[in-house]
Amino acid sequence: MSIADPILTRRPESRVWKKFRAHKSAMLGGVLVAFFVLIALAAPILPVPDPAATDWGAVRKAPTAAHPFGTDEIGRDVLARMIWGAQASLLAGVVSVGIAVLLGVPLGIVAGYFGGWTDAVISRCTEALLAAPFLILAIALAAFLGPSLTNAMIAIGLSATPIFIRLTRGQVLSVKAEDYVASARAIGLPTPKILTRYIFPNVLPPVLVQATLTIATAIIAEASLSFLGLGQQPPAPSWGSMLNTAKNFLNQAPWMAMWPGIAIFLVVLGFNLLGDGLRDALDPREH
Amino acid sequence: MLSFILRRILIAIPTILLISVFVFSLQKLLPGDPVLAMAGEERDPEVLDYLREKYRLNDPVPVQYLTWVGNALRGDLGISLRTNQPVTELIAEKLPVTIQLAVMAILFALVIGIPAGIISAVKKGTVTDYVANIVALSGLSVPNFWLGIMLILLVSVRLNLLPASGYVPLSEDPVKSITTMLMPAFVLGTALAATLMRHTRSAMLGVLKSDYVRTARAKGLHERRVVLKHAFRNALTPIVTLTALLFGELIAGAVLTEQIFTIPGFGKLVVDAVFNRDYAVVQGIVLVTAVGFIVMNLLADVAYVLLNPRLRTA
Repeated sequence: MSIADPILTRRPESRVWKKFRAHKSAMLGGVLVAFFVLIALAAPILPVPDPAATDWGAVRKAPTAAHPFGTDEIGRDVLARMIWGAQASLLAGVVSVGIAVLLGVPLGIVAGYFGGWTDAVISRCTEALLAAPFLILAIALAAFLGPSLTNAMIAIGLSATPIFIRLTRGQVLSVKAEDYVASARAIGLPTPKILTRYIFPNVLPPVLVQATLTIATAIIAEASLSFLGLGQQPPAPSWGSMLNTAKNFLNQAPWMAMWPGIAIFLVVLGFNLLGDGLRDALDPREH
Repeated sequence: MLSFILRRILIAIPTILLISVFVFSLQKLLPGDPVLAMAGEERDPEVLDYLREKYRLNDPVPVQYLTWVGNALRGDLGISLRTNQPVTELIAEKLPVTIQLAVMAILFALVIGIPAGIISAVKKGTVTDYVANIVALSGLSVPNFWLGIMLILLVSVRLNLLPASGYVPLSEDPVKSITTMLMPAFVLGTALAATLMRHTRSAMLGVLKSDYVRTARAKGLHERRVVLKHAFRNALTPIVTLTALLFGELIAGAVLTEQIFTIPGFGKLVVDAVFNRDYAVVQGIVLVTAVGFIVMNLLADVAYVLLNPRLRTA
């Protein structure tokens, strides 16, 4: 007679989910991220003024009931610009990390699985790219590609790619040595099938954790590029470019500098907490 | 030991070569004719031809690359289109400023990050640990240029304690030089302090579980001695390596910090170059930082072996 062990029969995903839910700071991170995603998505229907509408009668006005976050140097509503700016920030974070994952993971799998010359070439290129500091590389790429939000996302994505190549490659090397991969090969499964069915799913968890943490870095990078004038171009709102303008009016309108910084901080903190929580939930080792 | 260092140098060479290929190909990303970008408003065909000849743009691309690398090896990274100064000279002029900023930032990071990491590991699971972790994560999440702006607002504009911007060379007036640099160095140091704290904590947690720490405690050693002498000494190895690896983050952070505090350093140079479309300077800076990073990596590896006697014979 045997009674099924409830822990052993439960699907592993649900164990991860349970662990994740018990992780208070991860849940806080999730809430922060969800909040900003909702705001970004709801921007068009929220009852705020046009973020580009100028009002010369209300230039650099401190927060009031009509403008809860104050107005900027040409009388635009800071709250509205903050809400629309969330779109640029989140888009930049997700798209650039998407680029890095789509390029980095396949290259990492190829390098790790096939080894030899392919690996040598990919790995040397990865090392070379990793040697250039992330932001310097992104600045240089944005400079040569020309300043725009799209180019900033491409620049950040390309700069983050080597991180994913190296992570995936290392993960593939350890998965490749597992018995189930050897068995799959022994029964004659074609390589693409081994890669997609056995290697890829096992590479995914650490990539997911890294992607979440890299979104945080990418959002700061986009804000930095926009702050330097290399990202989102005016008049389109972005938190980074709002800070760039705000630094010229610190004395007269400090609120202009406060909100975008707090927003960047909270959304980045959200992704960092989420990433840390995911790592703890997905990694069986204790931290 | 010597053979280890030599081997590491040999491995670094292909990486540096690859970097040079990347940096060289950056200019091929430029939309349109690079000569038009260089000439600016000038459209006279004779001038354009002259420029094309001068920068050898009529040569095949591989030849152009070899010429460029050959010059770079001799320390010639080209001429700044704006100031007409050699790029190498410009970089050499600005680098000491950034090095002073970086060294002061690392000092801040070490003084804050390492004790915080040790305390948080020793008091694992307590409120102290929790607070330290939250502070560290906040340090990682706050954009350092915003932190800089807020500090200027508070310390310079409101309290009038420290200058909001500017730079005084160390050789001119050491005290003034350091006080002007305090705020930027702190801003640059916070993110590093956070990273250092997190790594020190996890290294210490690993070491505190080991047998020799238990033995030291069993011998009846004072806890302070166990933590600092037995545990920390061994947790130090990964921390030293990490500090060297933070170099890249430091240079990148310096770009923004220098921009906010208008410090005429390396970071300001690259931003100005980007806006002036001074491509030779941008390329030179990427090349120099990347090579600098590889050298730091090499030094970190050597330090790792020196600090870890078990690896010395390997």
